[in-house]
Amino acid sequence: MNILTLVRQVPDAEARVKVSGSAVDLEGATLVIDGMDEYGVEEALRLREGGANIETITALAIGPKRNEDALRTALAMGVDRAIHVETDEKLDAVALSRVVAQIAQAENITLILVGGQEADWDSQALGAATAERLGWPQLTWTNELKIEGESLSGRHDVDDGNESFSAPLPAVVTTQQGLNEPRYPTLPNIMKAKRKELRKDTLDTYGAANTVRVVNAEIQTRARMNRVIDGKDPQAAAEQLLDLLRNEAKVLA
Amino acid sequence: MKLIVAEHTGGKLTKATLEMVAAAQNAGGEGPVTLLVLGQGVAGVANEAAQYAEQVLVGDSAALAAYNPEVWAAAAAQIAQEGEASLVMIGGSRSGREYAPRVAVKLDAPYLEDATSLSVNGTTVQAQRYTYLARVTETVEASAPTVIVTVKPGSFAPAAPAAAAGEQYDVELELPAARTQVTGRSVEKTSRVALTEADVIVTGGRGVGSPDNFATYVEGLADRIGAGVGATRAVVDAGWRPYAEQVGQTGKTVQPKAYIALGVSGAVQHLSGMGKSKFIVAINKDAEAPIFKVADYGIVGDVNQIVPALIEAAKK
Repeated sequence: MNILTLVRQVPDAEARVKVSGSAVDLEGATLVIDGMDEYGVEEALRLREGGANIETITALAIGPKRNEDALRTALAMGVDRAIHVETDEKLDAVALSRVVAQIAQAENITLILVGGQEADWDSQALGAATAERLGWPQLTWTNELKIEGESLSGRHDVDDGNESFSAPLPAVVTTQQGLNEPRYPTLPNIMKAKRKELRKDTLDTYGAANTVRVVNAEIQTRARMNRVIDGKDPQAAAEQLLDLLRNEAKVLA
Repeated sequence: MKLIVAEHTGGKLTKATLEMVAAAQNAGGEGPVTLLVLGQGVAGVANEAAQYAEQVLVGDSAALAAYNPEVWAAAAAQIAQEGEASLVMIGGSRSGREYAPRVAVKLDAPYLEDATSLSVNGTTVQAQRYTYLARVTETVEASAPTVIVTVKPGSFAPAAPAAAAGEQYDVELELPAARTQVTGRSVEKTSRVALTEADVIVTGGRGVGSPDNFATYVEGLADRIGAGVGATRAVVDAGWRPYAEQVGQTGKTVQPKAYIALGVSGAVQHLSGMGKSKFIVAINKDAEAPIFKVADYGIVGDVNQIVPALIEAAKK
């Protein structure tokens, strides 16, 4: 069986994001592999190490040149090979899923792993859209995953709690924090990764057209009052805070 | 028509559904606001839906007894197609956001995800949404005969009942069999107000110290002031609290009138789930904690000392 794990290179969660004109400007931003995707890479490796019969683990990125770094990270973590469909066009998830689905078919993939939510577009849609294109089931927000023969089992978060599941393969699974602890690439593995295949591809053969335009971006920050009370006298501080909540903010009775 | 897939729990429409009705009423565009009610034994929900929408379509069958993304997507896509819906609105819940993309692919329609505003002009739909872990607000736009939208809970004031009840119609649905089997379920029940519906939320982080302290201080204060209870990812991962209480990127997104954070440091992932609250209050002994940067009111002090005083003072 072959696994496809999707990765992207995004601004670090702690970094400041800036907007120039009407679009987000990543110039000078610290970029990292999307943490939610990293859980997917790690899980693919663990499934193999746990004894599942996995022939090839391929990492896939679709997007600008910076995504090469996310693929290098995945290769250094231990995936076998990488594919980069390089484009500067921003594609929405429905359009992207067209590319992912075609590559999954061409590469004879049985399991696709992708982060539950993207750290840049805040989108949760790519896994589900890809599953629909392929006619596969999907399991989102997994925090436990096992392969048993031709089926998957595990646990995932739902609206009001969590569920244990079983599902037939092939399938799409979205990953999140709590599923595993991603490994750090070691220096020898980083060196070895340089010799692994990183295939470059262009977007034009996939017939994927963007349908969602971003017409503006702005950073809206609510002005906060930042009124900090010294808590040395707990009782006085508590009474002062309660007075502010009742009489100034008027949010408590 | 403007089609809204109703969300309901315990035989009642959710507040998020009424928010979608209001969004549809105020967005512009043509056609009746239509609620699609899916489930088994949902006559009561359908009657409630008729108080809010011009039309109610009811899919009531055993195949809809439990939510499944493939089944829900098939139902929504079929009705959208038959009714030539210009807009298909789905709740921005975890489940809504997992089946809405399937509807978009089925209908070859653009998908605007997690909208916080919505306007329709001819066949162009414009929405705002948060990106970059809710640090940026983007305006996005799509033009097509049908556009799929998920709506972020808490972004619109809920609709009020209409003067006249809407018409109800039963619909025949062609549904696929669910391939995913649910083999176990752990639902976290609470007697308190639901997090996404609470006006005031008290949240505890690791700084609270222990599960016992969480019960004494976080739940104690919440019960005293009639608030919902939230938790950070760290607290949930440590097994102190159930997942249902988690606020943040991988938990719930909340926008209460007041958000009171006890012993919460304020990681970006947490801020992305509560940063739009009207007032933010932080109590933390670390004066450098990032939570103070987004707080309106803060007390630098030990939760174990400040909160008992707060609970006591709130009795007056």
